[in-house]
Amino acid sequence: MDATQKLHFYQKGTFTVGNRLVSEEQRSVQASTDRSNALTCGHRACQGCGEALGARYAMDAAMRATGGNVIAVNATGCLEVFTTPYPETSWQTPWLHSLFGNAAAVATGVAAAMRVKGRHEVRALAQGGDGGTTDIGFGCLSGMFERNDDVLYICYDNEAYMNTGVQRSSATPPAARTATTPAMGPQPGNVFGTGKNVPKIAVAHGIPYVATATVADLHDLERKVIKAMGIHGARYLHIHVPCPLGWGAASHDTIRLARLAVECGLFPVFEAEHGVITGCRKIRRQVAVDEYLKPQRRFAHLFTEAGKERIGHLQALADRNIAEYHLVDAEGDG
Amino acid sequence: MRKQIEGSRAMAEAVGLCRPEVICAYPITPQTHIVEGLGEMVRTGEIKNCEFINVESEFAALSVAIGASAAGARAYTATASQGLLFMAEAVYNASGLGLPIVMTLGNRAIGAPINIWNDHSDAMAVCDSGWMQLFAETNQEAADLHIQAFRLAEELSMPVMVCVDGFILTHAVERVDVPEQADVDAYLPPYEPVQVLDPNDPISIGAMVGPDAFTEVRYLQHYKQTLALRLIPEYAAEFKKKFGRDSGGLLRTYHTEDAELIVVAMGSVNGTIKDTIDEMRADGLKVGLVTLVSFRPFPTTALREKLVRTRNVVVIEKSLAVGMGGPLANNVDLALRNVAGAPQVHSVIAGLGGRPITRASLHRVLRRAFVQPWEGSHFLDLNEEIVAKELHYVRKVRRSGPTAENILRRLGQAAEKAAV
Repeated sequence: MDATQKLHFYQKGTFTVGNRLVSEEQRSVQASTDRSNALTCGHRACQGCGEALGARYAMDAAMRATGGNVIAVNATGCLEVFTTPYPETSWQTPWLHSLFGNAAAVATGVAAAMRVKGRHEVRALAQGGDGGTTDIGFGCLSGMFERNDDVLYICYDNEAYMNTGVQRSSATPPAARTATTPAMGPQPGNVFGTGKNVPKIAVAHGIPYVATATVADLHDLERKVIKAMGIHGARYLHIHVPCPLGWGAASHDTIRLARLAVECGLFPVFEAEHGVITGCRKIRRQVAVDEYLKPQRRFAHLFTEAGKERIGHLQALADRNIAEYHLVDAEGDG
Repeated sequence: MRKQIEGSRAMAEAVGLCRPEVICAYPITPQTHIVEGLGEMVRTGEIKNCEFINVESEFAALSVAIGASAAGARAYTATASQGLLFMAEAVYNASGLGLPIVMTLGNRAIGAPINIWNDHSDAMAVCDSGWMQLFAETNQEAADLHIQAFRLAEELSMPVMVCVDGFILTHAVERVDVPEQADVDAYLPPYEPVQVLDPNDPISIGAMVGPDAFTEVRYLQHYKQTLALRLIPEYAAEFKKKFGRDSGGLLRTYHTEDAELIVVAMGSVNGTIKDTIDEMRADGLKVGLVTLVSFRPFPTTALREKLVRTRNVVVIEKSLAVGMGGPLANNVDLALRNVAGAPQVHSVIAGLGGRPITRASLHRVLRRAFVQPWEGSHFLDLNEEIVAKELHYVRKVRRSGPTAENILRRLGQAAEKAAV
């Protein structure tokens, strides 16, 4: 794709597409001509949607890494719904939506078809939200990992079923208020369970590449996608994408929240190859979990006298991550 | 080439001759020997240029086939019973997306109670999912139908299910003429998809469709099946010309011309029914048979033409729509709807969970249809004594326990008593 692609009237004047109408020197990075803008026109994501941002950078990086030879398979969910308000589609790549729980398996089929057709340059990419990945699509995901199928699976984790109206998923953090874990009763919000750490589960499959990333560090995200596309076999990328609607946060706080999630230790950013963790993004300026929780209305019930202890539990989870992944250097220089 | 061969092996060889490009396998009895055979043929190179993928569930099996088919590959899988239900969401998805996947269904009962033996409950559970459903009578036909199925599926870009009776066909060893590769190649052209995922010409497939277009999309699915009503006999005729035998088509008849009573049935039981008819005709009873090959699309007009001049129709089927009766009988009723002077339709539910359908039982029920026709469903060889005892017991005792185990216990007690 180039900068001459057809624009719709409602896109003009936006920062994403509209500035392609201005001269090249004045354009933002997003609209530069060397970006494929695989996910672009006419989508209906909310303002400040972390998933739309993450998906666009991930897909563009995958397009760059493969010379545009990507076939995308999408699980049912926000990304699927807001990108294909037919007769408009936001995808500049071949794109298939089958079901909620089978994106990994469908992508396996795409990869098999490309192999059998001798089109080795064409790569399969599957993507879904946390519900489609860590819950209903988990069986197919694990099967694809175990067979080491040549698929990059990207999970955009916004920590609940946002498309259906913010219900709890297995990726919802403890204490978070959702429509099915209301902030009521003696244990308001989501339970403090044992958790389901899908990036770690992916690592346990011993697949060639696993990474986590966040929309607060898009260069790191792009680097990881490009690295993943340079590897054959099963690869998994788990991207933390704040959801202003579901989290009860301001649209302009998406990047800030994504950064705070990393800096407080609740979302560790790491890479692993063949079952071994090979690198972590160190915390530069460690913050207390309060700073991350406070701007989100889903955690508002914690900021009461009764909630103090529960914030302590969340801080303990962050501290456990910091210790496990060595997120803070002992010397204290971060 | 004629071979003494297991049904599953014959079907696997027929599928192999169709040059499948992606095969997804997940084991479930009684389909296992088919995918085992295919796996072996891919390993030995007998089937060339084919990806054989061992998946983790039936849901994944059909999902992999969906991805492969949408990316332009000829895709095949096989399942049965619980497996078909586990993939039910993908069954509807494959037909809704218009992907020409061919799937063998080794017909088996659905639990609970768990049962691995043959009946048609599984096929009936998804008969309205948009897949075409063809039922084989013999292993020769089972093999041949797969070759016709790929042709039909790809012409219409709609999936086809080849239904074969579990064990009775899949595990029976008999003589099958396995076609030659050159003949199959001449009959089945390479797959030319109507929609394909290709970076050189990117399209989006699977968008949300609202009330403004959903009816039209569904109508066109239905319309394609009406086209199949013409194509199925056409491809069967062409098959006969090339391979020299009758296989497939919408339906077949046996002594229907002068019949006062016509039986309608699907699958392997037709052989037993034909033997029974021969014996009844020797006794002067004018009985005929319509063997239904295509259940979806349902050949309403063709069936009506065959049935309209007889007095009584007996539908013998291996399925039960609980709370309604026989689904096949219901469909046969539909073929005779609003026809003046139409024959009476009598429903027989038989062979559930693999219970043998014997000539003796068929004689009994068909003779009864002449002298004492019935309304509703007749359950062939139902053990009425056991049923009555169980009903009596559950009326008396609130915590009567699990039905299946109660029936088995009563059967055990009866057997013990008989042995003393």
